[in-house]
Amino acid sequence: MDWLFFGEISLAGLAMGGLYSLIALGFVIIYKATRVINFAIGEIMMFAAYLFLAFAGGMELSPWIALPLAVLGGSILGGVIEKVMIRPMLGESPIAVVMVTIGIASILVGVVELFWSADPQLLPRFLPREPVFIGPLYLAPKIAYGFLIGAAVLILYLLYFRFSRGGVALRATASDQAAAYSMGINVRRVFNLAWVFGSLAASLAGVLVAATGGLSPQFGIIGLSVLVVVIVGGLDSILGALIAGVFIGWLETVAGAYLGGEYRMPATFLVLAVILVIRPYGLFGTHEIERV
Amino acid sequence: MRIGDAKQTYESDEAIWTTATQKFWFALFLLALLVFPLLANSYLLYLGCLVGIAVISTTGLNILTGFTGLISLGQAGFMGVGGYTVAWLSLNTGLPFPITLLLAGLMAAAVGILVGLPSLRVKGLYLAIATLAASVFLHFIFAEWEPVTGGMGGLSLEPAHLFGFTFQSDFRMYFVIVPLAVLMVLAASNVFRTRIGRAFIAIRDRDISAEILGINLLHYKLMSFALSSFYAGVAGGLFAYFYRVVTPESFPLSMSIFYLAAVIVGGMGNLLGGILGAAFMTLIPEALKLLTSALTPFYPNAPVFMSPMLEIIFGALIVGFLIFEPHGLAEIWHRIRRFFRLWPFRT
Repeated sequence: MDWLFFGEISLAGLAMGGLYSLIALGFVIIYKATRVINFAIGEIMMFAAYLFLAFAGGMELSPWIALPLAVLGGSILGGVIEKVMIRPMLGESPIAVVMVTIGIASILVGVVELFWSADPQLLPRFLPREPVFIGPLYLAPKIAYGFLIGAAVLILYLLYFRFSRGGVALRATASDQAAAYSMGINVRRVFNLAWVFGSLAASLAGVLVAATGGLSPQFGIIGLSVLVVVIVGGLDSILGALIAGVFIGWLETVAGAYLGGEYRMPATFLVLAVILVIRPYGLFGTHEIERV
Repeated sequence: MRIGDAKQTYESDEAIWTTATQKFWFALFLLALLVFPLLANSYLLYLGCLVGIAVISTTGLNILTGFTGLISLGQAGFMGVGGYTVAWLSLNTGLPFPITLLLAGLMAAAVGILVGLPSLRVKGLYLAIATLAASVFLHFIFAEWEPVTGGMGGLSLEPAHLFGFTFQSDFRMYFVIVPLAVLMVLAASNVFRTRIGRAFIAIRDRDISAEILGINLLHYKLMSFALSSFYAGVAGGLFAYFYRVVTPESFPLSMSIFYLAAVIVGGMGNLLGGILGAAFMTLIPEALKLLTSALTPFYPNAPVFMSPMLEIIFGALIVGFLIFEPHGLAEIWHRIRRFFRLWPFRT
């Protein structure tokens, strides 16, 4: 076995996994605060990446201005989706809410195709191009810098949730909505905030992933990989999302490199199936006890 | 106008058709189905067959999702199992179509039971994701198990045949698909008059309470999975006979979502709703195609916008129905009926 090759593949996989962690974090924030499984997260990522394309490619802004603008656009989209389509579904069965997010995903795909056509696109290059070596291992610069930006934002998020007032409100709402409400937390605003922050993380990751692999209206498929990540990690566990994200990213890349591209999805879904049978609530998720 | 229901036995309350008027309209509907192919052109016949297949599959999914409350994203996968079973059997054995369709349904039911096994431990969204995993595996098997499934190229099959008579045209397939659809919907409506169907509904309403009432959860959940995938398998088999080719891409994930959408738009837990939803969702793209071709003389690039518009309309229908009309088309249908029944006292 070629250990150098294995090391390089693993490194690329781990870096990709870092981005998965960031998306999964966005997913978990939304789930924790509002109990909504967001099947549209891949499409929100895609939408932000197309916004970046419009700002940086179409309007020829500097990528470093286009990136925040695109991420801002993605977060506003998340907030609007929550206000217009998720809020009316409050109290409905989880199945219905999930179907709403699937519908939103379809709408977003259609809108993107309407404006940018169904053809695959390349994002303007904006990350440094000199190759990165970690010891003897080569790592594609796009992935390496994408990982660095993603990791930095991830740490900011964790600090925000730990120390800021908004973060505490979010965690309080997640653990008990009624108690949080009676303590003067504006729960409705927290719901909205969760969607904005969740979409922000997803949007940033969307631009970074699209910068490494290109962009097309089918980009939202990545949402399925993220779904695997959050189920394996536990839907309501931030720690789980981080660990499972890195692991699934690594597994997917290694399976793709050694067995072939068609094995990427089955490999991760096999892990998912095993986890569902052994620990249905994920590695770090809370085990919900149901009473009549 | 009808004044009231004077029912004296439980059986008459549980009957599928409670009044002579209903029987009359149903007979008229059957007659219309029979006359339709004689009058329709080939395009309408093609649509009729598509709707028939969609009705069977949607009814199957309705049993599982609408009546038992188990959400499934694997419907296309089960249809694929049925389609590939029919294709393989017709290529390798040459059995007549009633047997291949039955075997397709049974094969899909077996796979459905396997997929349903985690349903005792996981439920709700976790179950949806388990069925999603199953459909990923099934797609992988369709694409990679080349000796049986023909790999990415898929399988082409002979037209359906029975006693030397072949069903190679849409006209002939119509007389296979539509009677089967009517039969299977009637069978489904009978299921919900038995203990089995009642158990399904009890599980949907509250599974723990149902268990306390003495319903064996695993048993009935698996039965629901089996029944639902049987329908999907038969629909998939008809799909294979209709297009005479099956490939892994014939049964994509978006197809599972399409059927879920049909159940929701039609009305969850309502067989009539399933039928309306299946017809509505199948005909929407065709209506859009008509609109596009009507607009093309005025806006030459209208066809470019058709596929994205279809995606948007599809999503907007799901979101709109769930927010504004959660009981679906069936509820609209009932409202119209109520209007005529109560007219002129309530307008």
